[in-house]
Amino acid sequence: MILDSKTPEGPIKDKWTKHKNDINVVGPANKRNIDIIVVGTGLAGGSASASLAEMGYNVKAFCYQDSPRRAHSIAAQGGINAAKNYQNDGDSIYRLFYDTVKGGDYRAREANVYRLAEVSVNIIDQCVAQGVPFARDYGGLLDNRSFGGVLVSRTFYARGQTGQQLLLGAYSAMNRQIAKGKIQMFNRHEMVELVKVDGKARGIIARNLITGELERHSAHAVVIASGGYGNVFFLSTNAMGSNTTAAWKIHRNGAFFANPCYTQIHPTCIPRSGEHQSKLTLMSESLRNDGRIWVPKNLEDAEKIRSKTIKPTELKEEDRDYYLERRYPAFGNLVPRDVASRAAKERCDAGYGVNSTGEAVYLDFSAAIERYGKEKALVSGIKQPSVEKIIELGEEVVEQKYGNLFQMYEKIVAENPYKTPMMIYPAVHYTMGGVWVDYNLMTTIPGCYCIGEANFSDHGANRLGASALMQGLADGYFVLPYTIGDFLANDIRTGPISTDLKEFEIAEKNVSDTIDKLMSIKGDKPVDHFHKRLGKVMWEFAGMARNKEGLEHAISEIKTIRKEFWENVRIPGDKDEMNTELEKAGRVADFLELGELFAKDGLERSESAGGHFREESQTPEGEALRNDKDFAFTSAWEFVGEPSEAILHKEQLEFNDIELKQRSYK
Amino acid sequence: MDLTLKVWRQKNSQAKGKMETYPISDISEDSSFLEMMDVLNGNLINSGKEPVAFDHDCREGICGMCSMYINGQAHGPMRGTTTCQLHMRSFRDGETIYIEPWRSGSMPVIKDLVVDRSAFDRIQQAGGFVSVNTSGNTQDANAVPIPKVNADKAFDAAACIGCAACVATCKNSSAMLFVAAKVSQYSYLPQGEVEAKDRVVNMVNQMDKEGFGNCTNTGACEVECPKGISLEYIARMNREYVSATISSEKK
Repeated sequence: MILDSKTPEGPIKDKWTKHKNDINVVGPANKRNIDIIVVGTGLAGGSASASLAEMGYNVKAFCYQDSPRRAHSIAAQGGINAAKNYQNDGDSIYRLFYDTVKGGDYRAREANVYRLAEVSVNIIDQCVAQGVPFARDYGGLLDNRSFGGVLVSRTFYARGQTGQQLLLGAYSAMNRQIAKGKIQMFNRHEMVELVKVDGKARGIIARNLITGELERHSAHAVVIASGGYGNVFFLSTNAMGSNTTAAWKIHRNGAFFANPCYTQIHPTCIPRSGEHQSKLTLMSESLRNDGRIWVPKNLEDAEKIRSKTIKPTELKEEDRDYYLERRYPAFGNLVPRDVASRAAKERCDAGYGVNSTGEAVYLDFSAAIERYGKEKALVSGIKQPSVEKIIELGEEVVEQKYGNLFQMYEKIVAENPYKTPMMIYPAVHYTMGGVWVDYNLMTTIPGCYCIGEANFSDHGANRLGASALMQGLADGYFVLPYTIGDFLANDIRTGPISTDLKEFEIAEKNVSDTIDKLMSIKGDKPVDHFHKRLGKVMWEFAGMARNKEGLEHAISEIKTIRKEFWENVRIPGDKDEMNTELEKAGRVADFLELGELFAKDGLERSESAGGHFREESQTPEGEALRNDKDFAFTSAWEFVGEPSEAILHKEQLEFNDIELKQRSYK
Repeated sequence: MDLTLKVWRQKNSQAKGKMETYPISDISEDSSFLEMMDVLNGNLINSGKEPVAFDHDCREGICGMCSMYINGQAHGPMRGTTTCQLHMRSFRDGETIYIEPWRSGSMPVIKDLVVDRSAFDRIQQAGGFVSVNTSGNTQDANAVPIPKVNADKAFDAAACIGCAACVATCKNSSAMLFVAAKVSQYSYLPQGEVEAKDRVVNMVNQMDKEGFGNCTNTGACEVECPKGISLEYIARMNREYVSATISSEKK
């Protein structure tokens, strides 16, 4: 099979407009006869459900949580990018496009990224119209801030809760359609299988998580918007329930899975504290606007800090190593996430880490507090303010900007970040890889679409901050609602799809057999035991730095864990009731397959690119070294049984509007 | 830490529930309350028993899924905190901790500590939105300036995570803090003003239909709200409601 991205011809800035004019459209009267299933209700799924229903399609939306409002997009903190140029700092659609492709280390599809930048401006307009309370300045206009990897301020935000406010906006748009009966909402339902009829995606099998009942749902198209697979690492910033099951099921049914090894390890997370830990908490990247990252310059000081014989605040300025400012003078603390994470790991590996585990660096706000304090004193007309007054005023400003984040930190770590620098360390956060889709966001299964974090399309090998929200809403509000019409135009005479078809019966039987098998194992170990073991292998051998031997070891190790899981997992309770262990078991079973493909993909890609750092491929300064001659392609894997035997298909990446360069933030 | 847990167990919505006692030991002070529950569940599974079902997801205090009534308080002893952000250092070694589900007739128990909060969704569906379609042709986001104070107040109201601690803690099972937060968010913004009257009437009607009680200004909801939503919004909603029902041209 030859991968066809279906990227339209013509100059990049005209592609999307031309494409919209060229593709088929379903008339209003016919839309009423067409059903669409959307799995997941985060920014991508929620906005897609609402938009498709507004257009007139009948939407069935599914989420495993008790309400669509709880999808994990809600936890996004920092902001959403848009090329509005409200700050008059020279931003433009081209610049956003350029930053995103460069930030992604030149491993994204140009045409998709350009479209993303193009529709970014509409997103902000749309959200404001929905009543999303973005931050504003005293003139009543929208405020912006800056994020990593860029030199302009294009990030819109709602304090540290931007994802929450955008998701509640999409949720409100959904509610309007649910009230009209245009969206049928299935809460506490999990998609457990895709149903294909004549090769097309025509429905799903869903498990009702309250009753345990398997349900058949049919539609003319199926949209997967189930998010990323970061939980394959067990510890990540994802929600506990975030999973890859929907995406993995379509992969098993013929959808190619692209670039699984591209994972984002976020530099600013709260360091882990012990074995009991169930998840890691992100501190928004926006903190890097004002926080300065450092470790002690001398090993003896680092040791004293670790043993708590000195406090970080006692260390003199000249004894601190602001290593990002030192290594990357142009971008400083605002280098992209992959660069910042690796730099933290480098310092900690060299023995300069600061908490008891040695795996933490400081994020220090004292300089910002002083700067803001002086500014505020001036504005408030206080002449010759005392140091205490400056700090007091500065802390007020910092509280207004980041109050909820500081509070969250204090709750978890039990230290006051206004008085002592925060400790941070990288953690798994986002997955750039995902289901392969063409320009229309359709997978290699006709009628099956994939949007948001679940697909691979826009971020290449590394995502820039505040771009995930942008992509989720772009796909859901402004791209999929148009492109899906091109496929559905052929279905205006199809009529309702019956769930009595043999295909539904077989799919349901397969799911039911798998559940029976899981329940019948009655082994010794709970699901978490296997999940934690998988996570440790992934973190150690497929985490921030990878090499050939490690990845090969990971593949064989994961196979062993998977085998043991199917022989020895213990799931108490019954299948015909709410059974949270059974839910987890199904998800972990899929992670155990995905992990293997992940390692295989990392092994195959022997270059470094973005978040994928192969130790064998680095510059003399230790930066990621790409190999464009051999690896300027997207890896799209076809499932054939064993994950490590998947067949590799390559989509060659062409760069006509951006010159391929070694990325530099110096 | 060594603790004694008294946990509400209930097989399903029809079954009768009761408190069960579970001793638990070696809990780290740095672990979160839900991580302590994970340990309990691990122990239960190892001893061949069914784990305790409880709602949780993001574990960073924003999704609103977690919902435990701990020692007689919604989300436990710490103010401005969801259950998932509560850490064991808030408890004493040797303490007995009582863990119950949210209690409200409008939010029945599904299993153990899991309750049905779909009434909140239905209230939002009755009017918690601005009627604007996705089009890409809405006016420029900066076309209508919004005074910073109003934007900030709208935001404070919009910070509600829909966890329903307000209902659980209210002696009247009132959902007014929740409804008022949404009504107020839109009433502070020009985008929501057009439908403000219909919105408040429809949402309040749905709230009554779901069987939630009325507000008697005890203020417990404000105290227990993990996001600090102010009681003032209830007053604002009441004003909006009165003005809408007196002046509305709709019957």
